[in-house]
Amino acid sequence: MSDKPLNLTVYVWRQKDAKDAGGLVKYDVKGVSSHASFLEMLDILNEQLIERGEEPVAFDADCREGICGMCSLVINGRPHGGFAGTTTCQVHMRHFKDGETIYIEPWRASSFPVVKDLVVDRSAFESIMQAGGFITNNCGSAGDANAIPVPKEQADRAFEAAACIGCGACVAACPNSSAMLFTAAKLAHMHFLPQGQAERMKRTKAMVDAMDAAGFGNCTNHYECEAACPKDISRDVIAMMNRGYAKASLTYRDPAAKSGE
Amino acid sequence: MNLDARVPSGPIDQKWSNAKFEMKLVNPANKRKYTVIVVGSGLAGGAAAATLAELGYNVLCFCFQDSPRRAHSIAAQGGINAAKNYQNDGDSVYRLFYDTVKGGDFRSREANVHRLAEVSVNIIDQATAMGVPFAREYGGTLANRSFGGAQVSRTFYARGQTGQQLLIGVYAALSRQIAAGKVKMFNRTEMLDLVVADGRAQGIVVRDLVSGKIESYAGHAVVLASGGYGNVFYLSTNAMGSNVTASYRAYKRGAGFANPCYTQIHPTCIPVSGDYQSKLTLMSESLRNDGRVWVPKSADDVAAASKDPGSIAEDKRDYYLERKYPSFGNLCPRDIASRAAKEACDDGRGVGPGGRGVYLDFRDAIKRDGEDTIREKYGNLFDMYERITGENPYRVPMRIYPAVHYTMGGLWVDYQLQSTIPGLFVLGEANFSDHGANRLGASALMQGLADGYFVIPYTLGNYLAGVPAKSLASTGSADFKRCETEVNERVARLMNVKGKRSVDSFHKELGQIMWEKCGMARNKEGLEQALQEIPELRERFWKEVTVLGGRDTFNQSLEKAGRVADFLEFGEVMCRDALEREESAGGHFRTEHQTADGEAKRDDEKFCHAAVWEYRGDGETPARHVEPLTFENVKLATRSYK
Ligand SMILES: Cc1cc2nc3c(=O)[nH]c(=O)nc-3n(C[C@H](O)[C@H](O)[C@H](O)COP(=O)(O)OP(=O)(O)OC[C@H]3O[C@@H](n4cnc5c(N)ncnc54)[C@H](O)[C@@H]3O)c2cc1C
Ligand code: FES
Repeated sequence: MSDKPLNLTVYVWRQKDAKDAGGLVKYDVKGVSSHASFLEMLDILNEQLIERGEEPVAFDADCREGICGMCSLVINGRPHGGFAGTTTCQVHMRHFKDGETIYIEPWRASSFPVVKDLVVDRSAFESIMQAGGFITNNCGSAGDANAIPVPKEQADRAFEAAACIGCGACVAACPNSSAMLFTAAKLAHMHFLPQGQAERMKRTKAMVDAMDAAGFGNCTNHYECEAACPKDISRDVIAMMNRGYAKASLTYRDPAAKSGE
Repeated sequence: MNLDARVPSGPIDQKWSNAKFEMKLVNPANKRKYTVIVVGSGLAGGAAAATLAELGYNVLCFCFQDSPRRAHSIAAQGGINAAKNYQNDGDSVYRLFYDTVKGGDFRSREANVHRLAEVSVNIIDQATAMGVPFAREYGGTLANRSFGGAQVSRTFYARGQTGQQLLIGVYAALSRQIAAGKVKMFNRTEMLDLVVADGRAQGIVVRDLVSGKIESYAGHAVVLASGGYGNVFYLSTNAMGSNVTASYRAYKRGAGFANPCYTQIHPTCIPVSGDYQSKLTLMSESLRNDGRVWVPKSADDVAAASKDPGSIAEDKRDYYLERKYPSFGNLCPRDIASRAAKEACDDGRGVGPGGRGVYLDFRDAIKRDGEDTIREKYGNLFDMYERITGENPYRVPMRIYPAVHYTMGGLWVDYQLQSTIPGLFVLGEANFSDHGANRLGASALMQGLADGYFVIPYTLGNYLAGVPAKSLASTGSADFKRCETEVNERVARLMNVKGKRSVDSFHKELGQIMWEKCGMARNKEGLEQALQEIPELRERFWKEVTVLGGRDTFNQSLEKAGRVADFLEFGEVMCRDALEREESAGGHFRTEHQTADGEAKRDDEKFCHAAVWEYRGDGETPARHVEPLTFENVKLATRSYK
């Protein structure tokens, strides 16, 4: 690894607000340490812009350690840059060469409209979560945590699905802007656990329906989502969801719907 | 300033039960007539919002991220403590209570800490019921590990992502209440002021971060759960957006700020690599279960150790924590481990660039347990380390250094978690209540959830029972309008400085002052200098800063400018507090007050109290009040981990 600072050319998507058409703008960024993170490179660019009296580039980031799911850049055409198991904020400049040209764009999906520059609105994910991404259990009513043993394999698989950070890279990577991996991961998290069984069918149906209602596309088996997922969530969860949905569609009857009889 | 802590009567283990029984209740049908504002959607705020909504209150919940799931709690790695004693290794509520009081260096309120230990067991039950996939043994029961300052295994975990999993549990409960219409969630909305009318907290003024609009919301009570203020140091392990604004604005409206100088420097973080650095990354304390901390015994070996740590023979390594603290070893509390690292580096034995680093070595653990076992326990942390540094910690030891991590200080609250402003309750890292001068690892998640799930549902009801439902303020009232105007003027002032320097450049400069003069080691001279330098810097900020872009639109520079402006005032309060506390306690280390072997030396005669600061106007020195602390159960003693 070389310690020589990098000089780069970046094309950054600039868009004033949701209504603006937006477009790529070219900037030179000079003297970037190869130890800096990708977002620190953008910080450096922003400092340079401010110095020139130009408005800095807006982008989302908070934890900067790959866990909050806030950062969301398409780097050279790939969500989070296409480095295995890595979020945008964890990409480091040592992966780039001096003189390289880098393209930086926001997530592209009709369900994720651009707010400004590289910032998008991901509230559509919230609507999926609110439809059923929970276990109905009021605080205070829980029994002892060890009362229901959970086989380690099950707990581990639940954890692996629950590792989803809700960043939306799966949607951004999918040619149909499908949110299947996100929704299925949530369902799998709960359905590998005994606590999630009671509402299994209701939840599956409600979340899948909410996903469709939010305008996300269908899955046509490209599995770009799996490749783009910074938390390595397996596409197997999608098959699990599809089976669950088929079953729920056939057999689930909403008790509330019958209460008028 | 009224600092009556309202500690209930009775023996320590009955105080909470007594208090619960004595508290007034709001009947179920009346709860829906009350509106509660919750600022924050982390473990504390999210749990409070969901639980209060479950009880029937109408909740308005605010966060500045684009989803409640992204609150900084998400980043917690290592685990959460609870006195379950599932390991049969001698744990108990009393032991957790004892460890926490001692770990906090006898600067916390006993009654609060005992309650925390009591409800800790319910937290694990609740989280499990919500589908939090904690680590399990093959038999299906919950697994535990050890954290610093304890000799039992009471830490529950989900690999290195415990905060994430707990927060997703909270977020799920919150989502359910949003769907039910009981919580109205305001994402990308920042609280910029607190409205106090007739001596009670009655609402907040916020800025919609997307539209830029300044708006007001009224509530019968306001719950602040806005997290810690570690970012006053610029570089810390906190998320970029973590800030003091909500707490500081409340302070300026009359809430007492307790022990602002108590900050925690975490011993195991990835060292600073350059001036572009925007944040520091924590390597969880849990790693000290298996990693051994060392530097070369002799400064002569530093160059060789920095180049190839493996070349340093066993007898030339100083496993200084094991040497100095044989009974706790690598798992001594954070303040002690951090200072020991600094000492080793000051001694010229630090490794890596600038000599500011020590090794955390897994060689022996890998030899003993195999690489797979280590990967199973810490895989994601090892990956994170490699991504940042480009080095493989399975092959070479991690190089680490202390970094700002957590703030024990916060808004003063009584036993009911109410601040000095009636109707303003403060939860989680934003309050000061449970950790004294040093927090033990895995206890912040416990406290946030204890406050949100199990304390506020009772104490808020007790308050609301005395507030008529019809008394909900109108946001059109003069009090709200006055507050809104002040917020608008402040925003306009920031926009109109029109200088040349970026907000970040000021934040970095402030961070440097704080780190050097109010960081791991403090003394009178440095603190007095800082008290000169900070006002000067603040003055320059208001002359030279530039905030580009518009105010009625999405503008991240403006968001940062408001936060940094508050840090620039708050930093002064911190230094003042550090200067006045003429003792060393926990994370507050005054070089003038140390024992012969360099340990913190408390002064229980003069400082066995919480210092509570009262705002008295811009340019005025705030007033220092005290809440005396009494130790009826855990005997005041010199902390020893030897
Ligand atoms: C890297 C890291 C690892 C950690 N690991 C552990 C661990 O293993 N175990 C442990 O016990 N503790 C750990 N901690 C500490 C612990 O995570 C925090 O102390 C705790 O999560 C704080 O929770 P909280 O709910 O009080 O605040 P936060 O989670 O910080 O939430 C603050 C909330 O307030 C909102 N907010 C703030 N200001 C405003 C405003 N002005 N207007 C509107 N909303 C606002 C934010 O949007 C957010 O929703 C760790 C901390 C860090 C930094
Ligand atoms: S900023 Fe949190 S995941 Fe990247």
